[in-house]
Amino acid sequence: MYSFQLPEFMIERAADRCIRCRVCERQCANQVYSYDAELDRMFIEEKNCVGCQRCVVLCPTLALNVRPRTSDYRPNASWTRDKMQNLKKQAETGGVILTGSGNDKPCRIYWDHLVLNASQVTNPSIDPLREPMELKTYLGRKPDAVKITRCADGFDVETESFPNVAIPTPLVFSAMSYGAISYQAYLSLAAAAKELGTLFNTGEGGLPEHMRREFGGNAIVQCASGRFGVDADYLNNSQIVEIKIGQGAKPGIGGHLPGEKVLANISETRMIPIGTDALSPAPQHDIYSIEDLSMLIYALKEATNYAKPVSVKIAAVHNVAAIASGIVRAGADIVAIDGFRGGTGAAPQATRDNVGIPLELALAAVDKRLREEGIRNKCSIMAAGGIRCSADAIKAIALGADGVYVGTAALIAMGCTLCQKCYTGKCNWGITTQDPFLIKRLNPELTTQRLVNLMRAWSHEIQEMLGGMGINAIESLRGNRDHLRGIGLEDWELNVLGVKGAGE
Amino acid sequence: MQIKFGYRDNFLCEIRPTGVLCSECMSIDADKAVIEARDLKHKEVNDLCREAVLSGVSKITINNVFGQRYIGTRLYNPTGQHKVTITINNFPGNDLGIFLDGHRIIVNGNAQDGVGNTMNEGEIIVHGRAGDVAAMAMRGGKIFVRDNVGYRAAIHMKEYRDKLPVLVIGGTAQDFMGEYLAGGVVIMLGLGLKENEPHRANYIGTGMHGGVIYLRGHVEPHQLGKEVGVRELDDHDWQVLQTHVYEYCQHFSKDPAEILSSKFIKLLPVSKRPYGNIYAY
Repeated sequence: MYSFQLPEFMIERAADRCIRCRVCERQCANQVYSYDAELDRMFIEEKNCVGCQRCVVLCPTLALNVRPRTSDYRPNASWTRDKMQNLKKQAETGGVILTGSGNDKPCRIYWDHLVLNASQVTNPSIDPLREPMELKTYLGRKPDAVKITRCADGFDVETESFPNVAIPTPLVFSAMSYGAISYQAYLSLAAAAKELGTLFNTGEGGLPEHMRREFGGNAIVQCASGRFGVDADYLNNSQIVEIKIGQGAKPGIGGHLPGEKVLANISETRMIPIGTDALSPAPQHDIYSIEDLSMLIYALKEATNYAKPVSVKIAAVHNVAAIASGIVRAGADIVAIDGFRGGTGAAPQATRDNVGIPLELALAAVDKRLREEGIRNKCSIMAAGGIRCSADAIKAIALGADGVYVGTAALIAMGCTLCQKCYTGKCNWGITTQDPFLIKRLNPELTTQRLVNLMRAWSHEIQEMLGGMGINAIESLRGNRDHLRGIGLEDWELNVLGVKGAGE
Repeated sequence: MQIKFGYRDNFLCEIRPTGVLCSECMSIDADKAVIEARDLKHKEVNDLCREAVLSGVSKITINNVFGQRYIGTRLYNPTGQHKVTITINNFPGNDLGIFLDGHRIIVNGNAQDGVGNTMNEGEIIVHGRAGDVAAMAMRGGKIFVRDNVGYRAAIHMKEYRDKLPVLVIGGTAQDFMGEYLAGGVVIMLGLGLKENEPHRANYIGTGMHGGVIYLRGHVEPHQLGKEVGVRELDDHDWQVLQTHVYEYCQHFSKDPAEILSSKFIKLLPVSKRPYGNIYAY
């Protein structure tokens, strides 16, 4: 069938700059470029272009320019270009429109409507370069009260403590499974987490056996509906065990790693035969209620001898505060909330763009509810989904998060340009692909360094902002909404966020 | 702070120290331990099991079990050595042997939901019936259930290399048996069904994309999921079937010749990728 779709990008090649080195041709897995030796000319198949900018960056003479195509349908506020393109695609294939990465719709980003406080006169600001500034974060359940008795050589803590994981910065890499991303990308996250002393999350694809001893001490291991790669050894080689109930990019639906991506290594890690679809059912079939969730939480605690905190990750949805309360009562030590701008390797576009609520509102609602019920100390809260910079992270902490999951930002640090074609398995940057030719483009050592740099820079920025507020420990900011003010927000929004308007 | 709702920890409140329980509720004689589980909480039973295994016991008998969960789960041993046999009288609770790693559990009574959930290796023998999601996401080992099982048995069971999970159900099952089945062997013998009485399960093998189901007894075509194909058994199938049916009969003192003389059908997935074509790329 002849396609009626408009090409999405246009490619301009400066003829006087092009030296016919054919780098663009070799770099493009979408086969946009081809070379005719007889004519000594490069040809371009624009309709294949996904706009990932790989060729532009690697062209030695900067001869290429790739930009969204200007020719468009007649402007129409209702029938926008992407609506019409999707309609045509569906008419041609009869399929569900897939997409990758996070929601790109212009929904209000509350981070951009929140501003932070700084000290002026009434209390001094602190210079983190020369004074102690504590970002250390403890993830896990805290006791209701600590009972201390005096003994001969000081004090004795009588209260039994719960397993907690200490990380030097509240920033943690979010769940990206080996399978959704390449081994190189996965290894880079693990190695960066290890170097930083923080954590990475295995996602639901398991942790390769040869990585368990080395990186288990920095791993959050997921137990999701497919139970891929989950055995007692995997659960015990971790810092935190996470039950994945939902994902911000696709609340309420399962996952599906297509059989062609299940190659030897992935089959080994997921513990399934080569070439079979890895289907993650939408629900976990042993969890149909809060009571059942409690059952799995304690099953995981049993399997790990009560030595590790158990986290429950949910997508931010309408009654998220009540759900989170149930999760804490079910025995979870950590609640991870994934907002609707969270990324994904593949999700139906209809779900990604229309299901779920913004992280900022969900996070504030959960923190408020747990405080009201007097059970906030029983869990840590992880915020995930669309944290773009250190300021977003610090605002999340002021809204009540204990730690912040960084996913898309880490991918961008690796080279990702958010072309949203993760599901095709043809990632030119070697991130969301299993093609042996493409994955080689990612050098784990250099990529690890990029990730470490990013996290160090963010941590430093957080310290600077904390110092500006006159705070010398991140603990003092946690849930401290007095340091936030809203601008350009309606009353109900300020109310949900629990934040005053600017000037108040 | 206003506290609107109370908080009760059903699992961990008032757990007694293991040392106290050891002397009160457990007796160890050479490599055998006997645990008296009456009035013990989930964690207390498992604390004792672990304590017994750590002191070198290889046979544990737990008496008066009434609904305590996760028996066998906390016996993971990183060295992979020292497998134990646990005999449970009578009624273990949910998630019996979840994540089980090579131990053997014998239940003299009925089991509840989640028997052998995400089990990796080992053996569970139930002298009675089992509840819902038996053998869910099981990856290795064997489960024998003498009588019927509940809903969604063998859901998302999968095999991997030398690991081949086997579930043998003596009776029949409720709906969605073998849903998402990705590997392994499920055998359902239909003992206890009347002649020509169909199996109870509808949607058998819905979404199945691996593994095999051997069925004895009658099923109507509408009871099968649409991802399932019906085949005759070949020689290899009979061999597999015989091995497991003999074992089943050994456990429960039944006559294998009588069971194997009936007609069996074999259910296979029609595609390794049942949902490969629903997306627009």
